[in-house]
Amino acid sequence: MPFEGLVAACLVYVALMFAIAYAADRAAERGHVRWLDHPLVYTLSLSVYCSAWTFYGAVGYASRSGLEFLTIYLGPTIVFTGAWWGLRRLVRVARMHHVTSVADLISARFGKSNPLAAIVTLIAVIASTPYIALQLQSVRLSFEVFATDGPNGAALDDGAFGGTGLWVAAGLALFTILFGTRNLAADERHHGVVTAIALEAIIKLLAFVALGIFVVWGLADGPADVLSRMSRAAADPQTAEGWVLQPDRWTVLILVSAAAILTLPRMFQVMVVEAADEERLHVAGWAFPAYLFAMSLFVLPIAVMGRELLPAGENPDLYVLTLPVAAGQDMLALLVFLGGFSAATSMVVVCAIAVATMVSNHWLVPAWLALRQIPAGDEADDLRSFVLNARRLAILAVMAAGWVYHQASGGTAALAAMGLVAFTGMAQVLPAMIGGLLWRGANRKGAYAGIGSGLVLWMSLLFLPSVGIGGPLPVPEGMDAWAATVMLCLTLNTLAFVGVSIFGFPDPVERLQGLSFVSAVEPIRHSRMMRADDRAEPLLAMARRVWGAERALRYFESEARSQGKSGYLPDLTPRFLTRLERRLAGSIGSATAHAMVDRVAGGVALTVSDLLQVADEAQRAKEETQRLEAARAELARTARQLREANDKLTALSVQKDAFLGQISHELRTPMTSVRAFSEILKDPSLTAEERTRFAGIIHTEAGRLTRLLDDLLDLSVLESGRAQLNVSAANLHDVITRALSAASATRSERGFLIDRDLPSEHLAIITDVDRLLQVLINVISNARKYCDAVHPVLIIRVRRPEAGGAVIDIVDNGSGIDSGRQSLIFEKFARLNDPARAGGAGLGLAICREIMLNLGGEISYLPGQGGAAFRILLPPRPPVQAGMGQDVSGTVSGRLEG
Amino acid sequence: MPDRPLFLERASFHRRRLGDAARVLPVLAALLFLVPVWWVPQNVSFAGGAVWIFGLWGVLVMAIWALHRALLRAEAATPHATDAAAPPGPAVEPDQTDAF
Repeated sequence: MPFEGLVAACLVYVALMFAIAYAADRAAERGHVRWLDHPLVYTLSLSVYCSAWTFYGAVGYASRSGLEFLTIYLGPTIVFTGAWWGLRRLVRVARMHHVTSVADLISARFGKSNPLAAIVTLIAVIASTPYIALQLQSVRLSFEVFATDGPNGAALDDGAFGGTGLWVAAGLALFTILFGTRNLAADERHHGVVTAIALEAIIKLLAFVALGIFVVWGLADGPADVLSRMSRAAADPQTAEGWVLQPDRWTVLILVSAAAILTLPRMFQVMVVEAADEERLHVAGWAFPAYLFAMSLFVLPIAVMGRELLPAGENPDLYVLTLPVAAGQDMLALLVFLGGFSAATSMVVVCAIAVATMVSNHWLVPAWLALRQIPAGDEADDLRSFVLNARRLAILAVMAAGWVYHQASGGTAALAAMGLVAFTGMAQVLPAMIGGLLWRGANRKGAYAGIGSGLVLWMSLLFLPSVGIGGPLPVPEGMDAWAATVMLCLTLNTLAFVGVSIFGFPDPVERLQGLSFVSAVEPIRHSRMMRADDRAEPLLAMARRVWGAERALRYFESEARSQGKSGYLPDLTPRFLTRLERRLAGSIGSATAHAMVDRVAGGVALTVSDLLQVADEAQRAKEETQRLEAARAELARTARQLREANDKLTALSVQKDAFLGQISHELRTPMTSVRAFSEILKDPSLTAEERTRFAGIIHTEAGRLTRLLDDLLDLSVLESGRAQLNVSAANLHDVITRALSAASATRSERGFLIDRDLPSEHLAIITDVDRLLQVLINVISNARKYCDAVHPVLIIRVRRPEAGGAVIDIVDNGSGIDSGRQSLIFEKFARLNDPARAGGAGLGLAICREIMLNLGGEISYLPGQGGAAFRILLPPRPPVQAGMGQDVSGTVSGRLEG
Repeated sequence: MPDRPLFLERASFHRRRLGDAARVLPVLAALLFLVPVWWVPQNVSFAGGAVWIFGLWGVLVMAIWALHRALLRAEAATPHATDAAAPPGPAVEPDQTDAF
């Protein structure tokens, strides 16, 4: 292929990229972001990880060291395996704080400290410059392959190729400035750049896969053939020695590449800053590892075939180009060349944007603000244009540095190791980054110690030796020197970070930020930051200087509207100040934004006591909630009690009506017989015998009537509490014996087995013995009446409780009383079985209950005793009669409870 | 914490366990990539190793895909789970709410 054709193809390709980026930016401006926002575009933009170093260098790496090249891809794969909980949190926190770069993340986490960000920026610049140089070199080398291969190769001297680097650097700088600094807010997305990169990712992948397929099925004889060739290559002892994996190197390389995916400026830019939200990681979580898989699948076959087919002196780094060229596949070679070109350009563009943002936000703007004193209020847009120009300048500077480095180093050997050196440099940020995100105790001094020591060690042990200054670290025999050095740097870095953090006490802003980063919540600055209303105007002026008049007005108006105010000046609530500062941080970095808002809003430095007050307020709110909760529960309880009381009252009312009806009925039945039989007695024709019988019936019925009236009177006296108690002492044993003999008249035909525990019954009691006897007789008679067992048994147990008095349990072996009706039996006229059989009015247990209440005791039904069981609880002595009123109330409440 | 439920219904419980799986997966992946190289470096340095690593890699990609799909479905099935479980902020981990 002629060199001119190659240049033309390059120019067409570059024009295409410009057009795509322009179209995407236009579409985004008009709000057509649906396909620009697709997670696949995001995933493809992540492929900026695969720079020219991996595109060309992976094959060279594989041909020298075998499978070891895979570590560069396996580290990111493992990181993305944890996308769901790890990367999502990183993206969420970073978006929450409008973080603009990895340096800004560190600075925002550790108390919005700009010096810390400046140090991270320094590492990024040192690490990125040779890396950019490496990309320029790869483009130059790929040009050389074609030029030396072409017919007019001899006509081009070395100077022409040196020019390639300059041309490429200049073109990329132009592209980056055009599409990378369109807007100031670095956290706003560069749709044009990202879309162009996504397209480059596709070209990169297509080129590599096409070459891979050509190599595996065109040059070799399918995968099995490739595997057998690989085994043959392994048989060569010289190759085998290089190819055998060293576990320590393998582990450290995976670790370092895992760190790189998180900390490399360009990766942070596309993965975190350009992400609209963390949702796109759901797709990227598997799609990016799949992309890496596809990119690395054919590396080894290409390396093996290159070794076999190409002359021994050929540079393995360029096998991807020389293989198709040697096979005469010009179009494939062109595609691969464009793939490599796109790998280099996408990396350089994103890296330049990321590093330039860092340089302008953390070096140039703070320096400029420090040099100028309080700015005059009238200068509109001065800061905005300064920041934009600073960023453009930084892009040019980064590109120029890369090109100068490329020119200065010249040779290939020094640059080949640069990729890994850059990785290890940025990895020094990792301990502070991970620690800051997961550990609230991590503090700024710790971060200084960790990153600082990491920077010094990395410079002296890895970076400077890589450019030929100083030698490698002497390590024990059998260890890989590089792996040991990296581990030493990272370990000391982590130890310094953790150690200093443990003994430090962070300032309040830092602690607030720590809480926000670790718990992914948005704390609001303290209300002491509030100032008088007339301060909103200077803030607007300041925002106008950063964002431009129109945008600042729009933002302030929307904030005012969200507060329910009209006009452009919102109240300076803590929430507004926090939000404003975060938005500003998206343009100029959190440290600068913090300083500016504080200066204009006249903020008072946050103190520990403020912090504690914030915590106090939260605590108070929590306590208030708990108190309300308790009050609510209390109310619910009271309401339930009231409801129950109401139910009971309703039931009592119903009961009273039923009682009246019942009592009329009960009085009428004997009355009717009395009347009927007295009517019959008037008949003179009756025999004396019949007269006697009917008179007997009348007598019996009148007796029943009297008993009923006696019971009712008794009950009413008891219920009113006016019953006179004849308190005396007695032996409980005697009382029970009397009760048993008195009750034996009831259904005397039934032979009851009485089970008593005689010794325990001999208890002295002080009570109204006659009343107690009445209760006992009633209960025992009931048992005799209702116990339906074939061999009825009556168990009487007596014991003295600790409080004195006595407990008398009377249990039979009948079928007992249904649980649903147990609460009814102490009510008046509550007869459970048919009234004829019982032959009573149903007042017995009601009277018993009233007697026991009058005696200060209680009678209750004991469920689950194998039959009907009653417990009579006798107090040590009955209540004092003098307190009549008190007694009445006791009776009333007792009735309510019963 | 009185506002954190002690027990979860089936859907939320399932979602939490999937979350646990998402935490375990990276560790598992790292172990599967590292252990063979430490154990038998000679055996995994050539063709066999390539097959092993690329096979594992493919399985891993599919595992992440399946896990993310399951997690998204579980999250859709329990729309209020995160809000109800942690009112002050999204997904506050229990071990990170301690006071400093």
